[in-house]
Amino acid sequence: MLNEYMIINGARIPFKDEKNILDVVRNAGIELPTFCYYSELSVYGACRMCIVEDSRGEILTACSTPPKTGMAIKTTTPKLQKHRKIILKLLLASHCRECTTCSKSGACRLQDLANRFGIKEIRFDKSEKAFKDEYPIDESSPSIIRNPNKCIQCGDCVRMCSEKQNVGAIDFAQRGYELKVCPAFDMPIAETECVNCGQCAAVCPTGAIVIKCHISEVWEAVHDTGKRVIAQVAPAVRFALGEEFHIPSGENVMPLIAAAMRKIGFDEIYDTSFGADLTVIEETGEFANKLSSGAKLPLFTSCCPAWIKYVENRHPDLIPQISSCKSPQQMFGTVIKEYHKTAANNDGRETIVVSVMPCTAKKGEALREEFRRDGRQDVDLVITTQELSNMFYEAGINFDRLEPEALDMPFGIFSGAGLIFGVTGGVTEAVIRKITEDKTHNGINNVQFCGARGLEGVKEFEFPLGERQLRIAVVSGLKNADDLILKIKSGEVHYDFIEVMACPNGCINGAGQPHGKIFERESRAKGIYAADKQSRIRHSDANPMLAPLYEGILKDKAHELLHVHYKNGGE
Amino acid sequence: MKIMIGQGSCGIASGAKKTAAEFEKLAKSKGIKIDIQPTGCIGSCYLEPIVDVIDESGHLTRYVKIKPEHVSEIMDKHIIGKKPVEKYEITNEGKSFLDKQKRIALKNCGLINPENIQDYIAVGGYSAVRKALFQMTQDEICVEIDKAILRGRGGGGFPTGKKWMQVKKQINPVKYVVCNGDEGDPGAFMDRSIMEGDPHKMLEGMIIAGIATGAREAYIYVRAEYPLAVHRLEIAIEQAEKSGYLGENILNSGFDFTIKINLGAGAFVCGEGSALTASIEGNRGMPRVKPPRTVEQGLFDKPTVLNNVETFSHVSEIILYGASAYKKVGTAKSPGTKAFALTGNIVSSGLIEVPMGTTLREVIYEIGGGIKNDKKFKAVQIGGPSGGCLTEKHMDLRLDFDSLIDAGAMIGSGGLVVMDEDTCMVSIARFFMNFTQHESCGKCVPCREGTHVMLEILDDIVSGRGSIDQIDTLLELADTISHTSLCGLGKTAASPIVSTIAQFREEYLAHVVDKRCPAKSCSGLKRIEILADKCKGCSKCQRVCPVNAISGKLKEPYVIDQQKCIKCKVCIDACNFFKAIIEE
Repeated sequence: MLNEYMIINGARIPFKDEKNILDVVRNAGIELPTFCYYSELSVYGACRMCIVEDSRGEILTACSTPPKTGMAIKTTTPKLQKHRKIILKLLLASHCRECTTCSKSGACRLQDLANRFGIKEIRFDKSEKAFKDEYPIDESSPSIIRNPNKCIQCGDCVRMCSEKQNVGAIDFAQRGYELKVCPAFDMPIAETECVNCGQCAAVCPTGAIVIKCHISEVWEAVHDTGKRVIAQVAPAVRFALGEEFHIPSGENVMPLIAAAMRKIGFDEIYDTSFGADLTVIEETGEFANKLSSGAKLPLFTSCCPAWIKYVENRHPDLIPQISSCKSPQQMFGTVIKEYHKTAANNDGRETIVVSVMPCTAKKGEALREEFRRDGRQDVDLVITTQELSNMFYEAGINFDRLEPEALDMPFGIFSGAGLIFGVTGGVTEAVIRKITEDKTHNGINNVQFCGARGLEGVKEFEFPLGERQLRIAVVSGLKNADDLILKIKSGEVHYDFIEVMACPNGCINGAGQPHGKIFERESRAKGIYAADKQSRIRHSDANPMLAPLYEGILKDKAHELLHVHYKNGGE
Repeated sequence: MKIMIGQGSCGIASGAKKTAAEFEKLAKSKGIKIDIQPTGCIGSCYLEPIVDVIDESGHLTRYVKIKPEHVSEIMDKHIIGKKPVEKYEITNEGKSFLDKQKRIALKNCGLINPENIQDYIAVGGYSAVRKALFQMTQDEICVEIDKAILRGRGGGGFPTGKKWMQVKKQINPVKYVVCNGDEGDPGAFMDRSIMEGDPHKMLEGMIIAGIATGAREAYIYVRAEYPLAVHRLEIAIEQAEKSGYLGENILNSGFDFTIKINLGAGAFVCGEGSALTASIEGNRGMPRVKPPRTVEQGLFDKPTVLNNVETFSHVSEIILYGASAYKKVGTAKSPGTKAFALTGNIVSSGLIEVPMGTTLREVIYEIGGGIKNDKKFKAVQIGGPSGGCLTEKHMDLRLDFDSLIDAGAMIGSGGLVVMDEDTCMVSIARFFMNFTQHESCGKCVPCREGTHVMLEILDDIVSGRGSIDQIDTLLELADTISHTSLCGLGKTAASPIVSTIAQFREEYLAHVVDKRCPAKSCSGLKRIEILADKCKGCSKCQRVCPVNAISGKLKEPYVIDQQKCIKCKVCIDACNFFKAIIEE
């Protein structure tokens, strides 16, 4: 099996375990055009753009053809160019032409390929009847907007939703030219089992599924002098936002974010990692109680709202085993609102909490009944990493040329344990840092080898706690979670603690982030761990701001303010 | 005495059930003991209801087009009086329809009662299963089928023996046999007739495929639009199970084999292998990319033998009589026979089975009796929406897999739609493109979007809005669609258009340049003309024309400006006295 190679455009290109020609062609430095190929999803082979020509003149789709040694192909021939152009022109002929006002403009793959292939005219202009502009736009979801008129039926969203997330909220309906992607019976997406993870929008090449935008509401609050606009920025945001401004992924741009947000009018800027520190304290306490009381285990984490919704839909019997801790976003929202209610901190203005998240499900979480007190949401507005960068663009902020600034106090101090919540395994590692007896620098450092790190979808390991060996699993991607749940239910495996994040790789790959390829996600993860390593506070207990808080507004109210009982729950 | 009454879908549609009821009623009232049984379609659908009377010596008298009112005469004169009623008997022409055929798959159709396994066993049925189980090894079966060069009758023409060998050598212990009965081509009904007329023959082929490849479970995917076929298959499976040819431990051989029926929901694309297996699995019927191939990962991702109804119906013949006997019929590369559904403007429409390599002329004139109403032959569409058209110059073309592909057509599943001089080939092309576009699953871009653009262009052409450059656009699109589509449906979707443009380009030109339909069938291209010799120049038409398209001098013939005319026909009504204005 050694020295396998293909001849691509006359050059000898070696390959090893590449599953298809497309990946081998990539090794040759050529990016074939595709709409429907994602290495992490199943091969669909529908867009027919990645065609190549073999030595007999046969046309093959590179995505679905396994490489064979000695096989000779060409990637740009007159035939291929002609076919690709016709395919693009066919797509454009029935595609909505609102490019100037489309929220995907500039990031749309159809637009990009049309430019790349120099297509300047609509060739097969359709009769009005045939032009696909009749589908209603579905705005029912708190997280995404579906505009089927912009859909090119590549099926990426369908496969993401079913293969990675096991949700299957959308699928194909009708056939031929009438083919469309929609929820069952064309119901509004909000009435389906959609968990708001937004991964469909992350893979959509066009503007057919986009993330619901709340920028104008944030501007309105920021411009209102009667409002005190408090921001909390989630850990994963700072390692990806720079990508929008040509800063390498994984670089921690939090000081620039703080500077930019102040410039556009936010009153105070805090870090959700602080909320994460609170979560660690509460969740570890809950876990210890469950362990000592012999309650039913595993304990599942509750930070991810898409995961919560998934459990409510599919495994409501497990709700009692979900940690009662609010997510860091919601804990922090509650704390900020509570803090500003006290006489010393109330300046008479209405407090508006805006959270900046890598996530679209957080938009839905903030709206939940459980997170309203006195008729007001704990977190008022949620915007994503991409929305924040759009606000910077709009305001003309030269992001990469800003002077770094510090966060506000008192909630600008956080531990590295809170920071690593942004990547799969982070919550688990933070909890272990809390329970491990050796709190020395080395002791905390050694926790990184426990088995929680890495971007794999499922990780499992044991960790000693006193006499006991804790069995722990870390899962990202809801399909992985469901597979594990079925094994637990069948008695095949047992765990004491399970961390679940709905998005593959955790929050760094949230749907609100700039869409990242695998290597970008790896860089973001590396960035998180590097920042953690540099932080002076490594475990949540060591956050000096927590003690005054527990003595202050949380005194006797920690459980009431920081925990939640989901209404669909079986408890 | 025994009476067999043709009760396939065609017979029933012609009233065979009423005829049968009349026979039973009369037999009862006259107190005659007579065995009245249903049978399948003999193929001469145009002669249904067909009633075969078989006397004690085994002599068969065939009556055709027997309505209930004819029954008492046959009853009195033939059944009681023992004298055949000549005037209802099949004519020599009718006989020649059958005599010129060579029937293997359809051998028993119309001759045995498909609802009675004993009838099938009586003509040697299931002895091939016995032979395969007890006298042959798995390899010997595969080799025999391979030597016979039995090519897939569903249209692809892939060698069945090779397919079976590939499945046989897969190490996965779970394998499947799937029968494709999703016959969806407009004008094709070979598989339906087999399932209705001789279901056991197909089951036998499936069982042998199971024996040869080691598969123990099978599915028949049959269209829900074939209720009679489904009914007879259900009966056949039940009877075969009771008789020990299906189920556990077949004929005490230790071999288990079960067959389930799966109803299709009417999607043409589900005739494509991977869409069909997806549909059985409960998924949306959409083809997938290959590899893996069906023989490696087919139904439920297991190695799968997938053949169509007709192919399975050839198997027992090869097993019983051997490949060399089988190969005596047909051509060297396409041995055996092929069933064709003969429809359209032909005298004797129905189902025929002829040796591969029979010429089109023999099929149309010698078997089919020529063109209806003494019209001129124009073309025949072969292979349905995936095929192409053959014309006068192809009359002596041999019908087999390879020569048809060379001629730009394909054997397809075997639909032969005969068209006379009054048929507009552009409309035919549009008809098939409309069919394909609506039956496309929509998965891949060229098929979903490309066929739609082609259909729009053809719509333009048949309604008089076409332009000459659109013909080139059609060919350009056809090239991309056929080379880049994902599955066979897309790859062949443009064939009817390419083939009609190649054979009848002048007809397309007449539509787009002269705005005229030579066959006078496209309503959008009809013209209103004033006949100069009849026009008296009264100006009445000019006065009623709402768009001022008519001009002329009084007492001289008027003329219509075709550019302005909106074909409202008000002028025709106005000229009702002289009848000088006509639509053509």
